[in-house]
Amino acid sequence: MIIAIASGKGGTGKTTVSASLVSSWKRPVLAVDMDVEEPNLHLFLKPESVSSEAAYLEVPVLDKTLCKQCGACAELCQFKALSLMGAHLLVFPDLCHGCGGCMRICPEGALQKGQRELGAVETGVTPGGIPCLTGRLRIGEAMSPPLMGKLRQRMHAQAAKESLDIIIDAPPGVSCPAMTAVQDADVVVLVTEPTPFGLHDLRLAWKAFRPLGKPMGVVINRAGLGDDRVHAFCREKGLPLLAEIPFRRDIAEHYAKGGILAQLDPGLRATFEDLAERLERMGAEVNHA
Amino acid sequence: MRELVVISGKGGTGKTSLTAAFAHLADNIVLCDLDVDAPDLHLIAQPAVQRSGPFMSGHGAEIDPAACSGCGTCMDVCAFGAIHNEGGRFTVETAHCEGCKVCVALCPEKAIDFPDRLCGTWYESDTRFGPMVHALLDPGQENSGKLVTLLKAKARERASALGLDLILSDGAPGIGCPVISSLSQASLVLLVTEPTPSGLHDLERVAELCRTFRIPSTVLINKADLSPEYQAAIHAFCQAREIPVVGHLPHDPAITEAMVRGQAVTEGPDTLFGVQVRQIWSKLQSLLEAPSPSRSKESRS
Repeated sequence: MIIAIASGKGGTGKTTVSASLVSSWKRPVLAVDMDVEEPNLHLFLKPESVSSEAAYLEVPVLDKTLCKQCGACAELCQFKALSLMGAHLLVFPDLCHGCGGCMRICPEGALQKGQRELGAVETGVTPGGIPCLTGRLRIGEAMSPPLMGKLRQRMHAQAAKESLDIIIDAPPGVSCPAMTAVQDADVVVLVTEPTPFGLHDLRLAWKAFRPLGKPMGVVINRAGLGDDRVHAFCREKGLPLLAEIPFRRDIAEHYAKGGILAQLDPGLRATFEDLAERLERMGAEVNHA
Repeated sequence: MRELVVISGKGGTGKTSLTAAFAHLADNIVLCDLDVDAPDLHLIAQPAVQRSGPFMSGHGAEIDPAACSGCGTCMDVCAFGAIHNEGGRFTVETAHCEGCKVCVALCPEKAIDFPDRLCGTWYESDTRFGPMVHALLDPGQENSGKLVTLLKAKARERASALGLDLILSDGAPGIGCPVISSLSQASLVLLVTEPTPSGLHDLERVAELCRTFRIPSTVLINKADLSPEYQAAIHAFCQAREIPVVGHLPHDPAITEAMVRGQAVTEGPDTLFGVQVRQIWSKLQSLLEAPSPSRSKESRS
């Protein structure tokens, strides 16, 4: 069973919910941080004996002695990673999307396989024995989906081998990184806050993810702040309200210490145990359907 | 012309609310929302759209079933797993198609079309704070970096046509493609952070990104009273990196209350929070006017 924790707006509490859900999950689970641009889940789950493995994208390397400057590669490349300037072929590996087309069509075999570092995939285990996977984009690298692809391969392999459920902390937004993060999920949890920004971005996320046909539910963080329009939106769209986390200063302070919310008090522990049970039921319905 | 770009790495630190407040306090600006993925600035700025247009970017593959011989070459060469074979009928899953054209070029039957892709919409508007340029990327689309670049070009055009001297831009969270595009030609980047483990961690990465691209930056610590320990850690980081801290703001529901009213936090009756935001804005103005210490240092090295 795979649960993805997503949101349109950033900073609504995806990581807070993910960390608490992981710690409240009854069955063996793999915690995966797919916000590769700004991974934060490890700051709360605190995995130990972390090992890091670099991830690469296959990009072309030019052998100038073989290139006859025919320009076929530059004409094919849609991303301007190859450019014929007079009698010189220039390669811009940072712009390459890794489609491999140039290497396939070069009649001289002048473009060979090279690598661009995308970032790293980190593995570790929490003090409580929960395995964690984190993607960490190299600073300056523009494309996060290729690294997320490597992370997803790793995630599926580990979950299959060790029979684990998966909880994914997704990146904010609704463009391709967010879509990539939720595509494997059985159930998508949208974390929002009851403010105009929260509502607006919840609507964007709902519109973006709805065509995937996955069951979705909403967690309202900072409940009591703002207004009641998020509640009205959930009712109108038939989105189940799975949990509410109150707007309280002690919660913000606990978070600021790197604490897991489900461990702050019995009320919050019950909130997350209940959330975990509801999600397990939603996931089981999908898997049995 | 100067460009101030507000980013944060971590989402939800208060970028947009503070950008709206600066827009209220500033004169002669073009306002620009570069968070094209999940834009929110318009909820406060309430723009009246004057012009809009489609954002076309890249192409997508489409297989013509009448011309397809079912050889499967396209599926073999696609590096993105975007082509499916459903009982001999080959189709492209649009959401996974990268627009690389490899299948189009290698199809022996020339059965794959490659039409332009509509990725979103851009807008040029008027607001009570001045002209505004903004956009909305269609859900699930990529090329948000290109849309950011387009908006920045439109903002510059608008600023020169109207003789305005500052472009104030609200950026996206993260450190990827749209954020990198938003840094181009920025005079100063304001990094809004909060004293939490995530706030510090993400500040470190986004500050490193600014350093990589040699853009001067300054830090604003929002919700500063949440953790004295992390506030001190942010100061230590900024000191080590010689990044000036432009100011602190307390954890205050005033920001959200103003947002619910559709106002910037500095609009309406004066509050202590509003006064603090004004002080920060005046410091930001002097940083924008003076050559940044980090930039002059970079150019010496």
